Amino acid sequence: MEFRTFTAEDEEYPEVCAYVEGWLEEHDCPMKAAMQLTVALEEIFVNIAHYAYPHPPGKMDLGLECEGNVIRMCFIDSGTPFDPLAKEDPDVTLSVEERGIGGLGIFMVKKTMDDVTYEFKDGKNILTLTKNI
Amino acid sequence: MDINKNRNGEALEIALTGRLDTTTAPQLDEVIKSDLDGVSSLVFNLASLEYISSAGLRVLLSAQKVMNKQGQMVVRNVKDDIMEVFDITGFADILTIE
Repeated sequence: MEFRTFTAEDEEYPEVCAYVEGWLEEHDCPMKAAMQLTVALEEIFVNIAHYAYPHPPGKMDLGLECEGNVIRMCFIDSGTPFDPLAKEDPDVTLSVEERGIGGLGIFMVKKTMDDVTYEFKDGKNILTLTKNI
Repeated sequence: MDINKNRNGEALEIALTGRLDTTTAPQLDEVIKSDLDGVSSLVFNLASLEYISSAGLRVLLSAQKVMNKQGQMVVRNVKDDIMEVFDITGFADILTIE
């Protein structure tokens, strides 16, 4: 897996996005999967930028790997331990007035990726997304 | 992202081009906050919208909440990739999509 370090802050998002989009193109990722991976990237990156560090911004390592028809995207931060998968899914059947605005991002990630794993190891949050293309 | 507004009396059409994401959603949020006075019919034309994330969904949801009080809101010309995001998140049920 090839890693690159970014500053986890909103201002850095366009650069992270351009980097991942370029990488996906190099690896001939189909457009639909590329969009899903890009949405997932944004949701996770923004979560880390906003919530991982008590005194933001902190750093984030982004790993990318393409093995056969499987793409893996790995996010590592040294912030507060947080398992985004532990959160309950939002109720997507609620009406407009009842709908809140939280939790949709990680929910979309879970729905569009083939596998999402979280571990806290050596003081780091490690979130790995797997997408079959 | 480009935001193209076309106001005709109480009708407002907003055409979005490009990406509605974390960095661009605040621009649309501004429009929702400042341009909906006296609007009873709001149309979002998404024919040229290429990408949407939860940040964009939030803005569409707040527009829908405003319009529920003062008229109606319709979303038109949704591309397949964007439609999939609406389907997954249940937005396909809460928006009026034509």
